[in-house]
Amino acid sequence: MNKRKIIEEKLFRAFSAFATYSLVVILAFIIIMIFVKGFGALSWQMVFDTPKGGYYYGGEGGVLNAIIGSLYISVGATSIATIVGIPAALYINIHLSRYKQIQNTIRYILDALWGVPSIVYGAFGFALMLFLGMNASLLAGIITVALLIIPIVVRTFDEVLSTIPKGLHEASLSLGSTRSEMAFKVIFKQGFPGFITALLLAFGRGIGDAASVLFTAGYTDLIPIHLDEPTATLPLVIFFQLGSPIPEVRERAFAAAALLTIIILFISLSARFLSKRFSKTNLN
Amino acid sequence: MYLLKKEMMNVDKLNHVNIPTNSESILRVNNLNVYAGEHHILKNLNVKIPKNKVTVLLGPSGCGKTTLLKCMNRLTDIYKELSVSGSIHIENDNILNTTKNIPSIRQKMGLLGQRPYPLPVSIYKNVAYGIKLKGVRDNKLIDYNIEKHLKEVGLWDEVKDRLHSSPQSLSIGQQQRLCLARGLAVKPRIILADEPTSALDPISSKIIENLFRDLKKHYTIVLVTHVLRQAVRIADNVVFMSNGEIIEQGTPDKLFKNPQSSQLQEYLVDGN
Repeated sequence: MNKRKIIEEKLFRAFSAFATYSLVVILAFIIIMIFVKGFGALSWQMVFDTPKGGYYYGGEGGVLNAIIGSLYISVGATSIATIVGIPAALYINIHLSRYKQIQNTIRYILDALWGVPSIVYGAFGFALMLFLGMNASLLAGIITVALLIIPIVVRTFDEVLSTIPKGLHEASLSLGSTRSEMAFKVIFKQGFPGFITALLLAFGRGIGDAASVLFTAGYTDLIPIHLDEPTATLPLVIFFQLGSPIPEVRERAFAAAALLTIIILFISLSARFLSKRFSKTNLN
Repeated sequence: MYLLKKEMMNVDKLNHVNIPTNSESILRVNNLNVYAGEHHILKNLNVKIPKNKVTVLLGPSGCGKTTLLKCMNRLTDIYKELSVSGSIHIENDNILNTTKNIPSIRQKMGLLGQRPYPLPVSIYKNVAYGIKLKGVRDNKLIDYNIEKHLKEVGLWDEVKDRLHSSPQSLSIGQQQRLCLARGLAVKPRIILADEPTSALDPISSKIIENLFRDLKKHYTIVLVTHVLRQAVRIADNVVFMSNGEIIEQGTPDKLFKNPQSSQLQEYLVDGN
């Protein structure tokens, strides 16, 4: 290697390493800051209790209502996104592979929908809610968040499916599968780990989004029992408390942010664990 | 040329039978044309595939061998850009112009690809897959067939203790034999093999070639290859293609000892 190439190589490596480690440091800094700022307010009461009178002025209670509300909304929305997203991604990837123009147009639209800010989904969900004569409720929140995350599930899973070699399609078809049998019995199984990634991305976005539930899910100190009742969510707990002039309340906002991070981390790790287990046991 | 002649002498001793001109054909391709957009890939092909023989589609890369093979089980359907005209008769059915269900046409032919593509399920389920698609639900019958076809490809002893593990644990040569067993399990009439040894080591390749010699008693084999010596070793019938056209076809004796066209003459020299 000549000197120029060696310098180029070293420079590129140094730059890549700098980019990688600075990202890690920034992310670590964000998480540490949230935990440090919220540590004083983190308690079992916060996790297992609903807000009591005057909670938002520093009174007793916790945010169990928002934890449950956020889980209800994100699990509900992710379930809808799964039911709609899996067949849609398989259809786009397999059945539309012969119609490239339609396939590309649909992909383009989904990419655009992915990029639409969540406040727009919130506004749309709100308009839809009024049109249907609904109140701000768990159901309206679930539907709006589902609309927000469906493009994420479909496009992520679709991209994973695109990496599956055409040879596997051909092998499966030549054994006498119909396209749908191939899609569900072979291609879906092959792409299953990618599907889990898609769900996790979508779940993370759904549970962490404030703008889409601001108008649609409402806010309440109670734990919702029915779909037509309003519900609190963790992002809104953070949003409302962060603007408070009382330092203890602002500290609770950070504690809620830490909780949200822990929930996402826990769900992400357990889903990956289950996905690995499933891939193994699936063979039996 | 010397190596080729030596190989031919060995093979003559082994198994070659000259195909009688009136040999019964199981598959007939007539006036087959395939276009990819403006590009004329296959140009008015006419081929007869004799029953229970190994027919080798030979030719340089990109000459249209694989496309011809994919026409035979309508895998060309999944490529919208390909337009196919002409006729391909299996026995008396024209498979290109049929409303009959395509999966059952494809089940008449087992496909073996350039590299093995095991399904993302266990070794057992790989072979069971096609059997179940044929509507067989009796577990004993499925077990019987799985054992039979794994034995047929010489894989049973190697995998009988780990039928429920992933095929990824097998070597690539074993995976290719698994794919062959999987294809045989749907009881095809014809085996379509698209350069099935190109990703394999010489020993695994030899196992596959030997298998083909045995399997032709029960099946008709169409083998795509650009390895001349492989063609010499196992072909009963050779179709030499170049640039989307069939240049010559006939017995290996006729083609390899006395090539008529300049393309085949060049190929025989360059191939050695």
